[in-house]
Amino acid sequence: MIRLENITKVFNQGTVNETTALRGINLHVREGDFITIVGSNGAGKTTLFNTIAGTYFPTGGEIYFNNINVTKMPEYKRAKFIGRIFQDPLLGTASNMSLEDNMMICYKKGFKGLKISLNNKMREKFREELKLLDMGLEDRMEHNLQLFSGGQRQALTLLMTVISHPDLILLDEHTAALDPKNAALILELTDRFITEKKLTAMMITHNMSHAIKYGNRILMMHKGEIVLDIEGEEKKNLTVDGLVKKFYDVKHEELTNDELLMSHE
Amino acid sequence: MIEGIFVEGLIYGIMVLGVFITFRILDFPDLTVDGSFPLGAAIMASMIVNGYNLIFALLAAFAGGIAAGVITAVIHNRLRVPNLLAGILTMTMLWSINIRILGGRANLPLLKKDTIITDVVEVTQGFLPQEYAVLIFFCIVAMIIKFSLDLFFRTDMGLTLGAMGNNEQMVISQGVNINIMKAIGVGLSNGLVAVSGAFAAQYQGFADVGLGSGIVIMGLASVMIGEFIFSSNKISILTLRVLIGAIIYKAIMYIGRYYGYHIGLTPNDLKLIAGLLIIGCLLLAQLKNKSFFRR
Repeated sequence: MIRLENITKVFNQGTVNETTALRGINLHVREGDFITIVGSNGAGKTTLFNTIAGTYFPTGGEIYFNNINVTKMPEYKRAKFIGRIFQDPLLGTASNMSLEDNMMICYKKGFKGLKISLNNKMREKFREELKLLDMGLEDRMEHNLQLFSGGQRQALTLLMTVISHPDLILLDEHTAALDPKNAALILELTDRFITEKKLTAMMITHNMSHAIKYGNRILMMHKGEIVLDIEGEEKKNLTVDGLVKKFYDVKHEELTNDELLMSHE
Repeated sequence: MIEGIFVEGLIYGIMVLGVFITFRILDFPDLTVDGSFPLGAAIMASMIVNGYNLIFALLAAFAGGIAAGVITAVIHNRLRVPNLLAGILTMTMLWSINIRILGGRANLPLLKKDTIITDVVEVTQGFLPQEYAVLIFFCIVAMIIKFSLDLFFRTDMGLTLGAMGNNEQMVISQGVNINIMKAIGVGLSNGLVAVSGAFAAQYQGFADVGLGSGIVIMGLASVMIGEFIFSSNKISILTLRVLIGAIIYKAIMYIGRYYGYHIGLTPNDLKLIAGLLIIGCLLLAQLKNKSFFRR
């Protein structure tokens, strides 16, 4: 469904600050894939997402979406088929607007016309959707979102993203800013929605055991390259120690990222 | 005199609604207003002098304001200029354009010309005193504009504009081109400001290229005064608050002009009062522990 062909990304090209964030990435995401991505800081995980989402364009290489070349397509146009959730729970929703207004904005992607779509029928629909979260939010539809917790807002962002049924969902450490309890809850919801609705998703995480537990395919990135791409049975039988060992076998380097190793459970 | 304050408050209130849209809803501090207000006045006045249909002239003023706002938004979007600077650029250019529209001069009197206001007075002559007729007329005009805005901000587009001021990334993520949205929002805002200018010219009996100086500050002060009255997240309350704020602002200025004389204030001190008023509002807001300028 999505093909990245030899994607490179160089920041500050031609200056002393030149950094290469992606080095010739080749990746084929198939429909229904739930890919988890791990890698130390600076491995290029978020740069990869930004390139797929169109936040900026790659320095080299091509991106195909259902065989259409989208390499130079602006972010807002790609957003019609890509849903993205950020680490910051505030980025997915508008604080100064009510819950129902937020849901209305996210209900349909693309240009917004002069129609008043928010009516009681719509509200009833939203109420039903909100019940899926099991947080009691269906009774707070008129409240402004600044009154909601980070966990609730991230759950809403997830729900609203899923409702719009994008072809691809990008999850950029979307539980990292939450407390452990909420993080676990959001992760469970994510897994449930993606499996139930048969969505295609890519999820960056710092937690190796989460990366192994969820999804059908795992990528490990290192210094701008995808060094491991494991799926199927092999993925199912993976352990954190096994992953660390595999990394060593490929790169002949110790995985020395504290953040990654500390997140053992 | 009291109805004079209300009439002025309602006329300027239309402008304040425009300022409210950019500063409050879009989070796009737009200084074009200082140029689009006299632009509306100039278009209206010169079309009146040249004998055009009054409604047509008002629509032309509205369209002129929209064009000015769109130019600011395009400068901001295309050239990646900060929104404040983009507004100042358009405002500066409008000064020259306004003089051209006024026929190469800085002031165009409307004495003994048929204006919308003289028409209102004529129609209601006999059963309503002149000043009340004008007051009722502007109440109706302000309410029509207010309710249209309320309706607009409940549409899908209006909701999206509201979200954009708070969270651009969210709106991009919904597949919306925010450059177009900004042009629509800033355009609408300046269109309202120009309509306000068109009415102000007719009410005062002249259009002047200097009418706009300090208008942004006047608008901001009114928005902030309104915010002290009551808080709400309902758009209909917010727009009502803006109009009330504008009337209170005019009342304060009237008191300043009328009683300030005794302590040696002149009309030239009004801008100082307006600025101090804003500073006072900011201080008060800080005391209430909420900043006007959202981050």
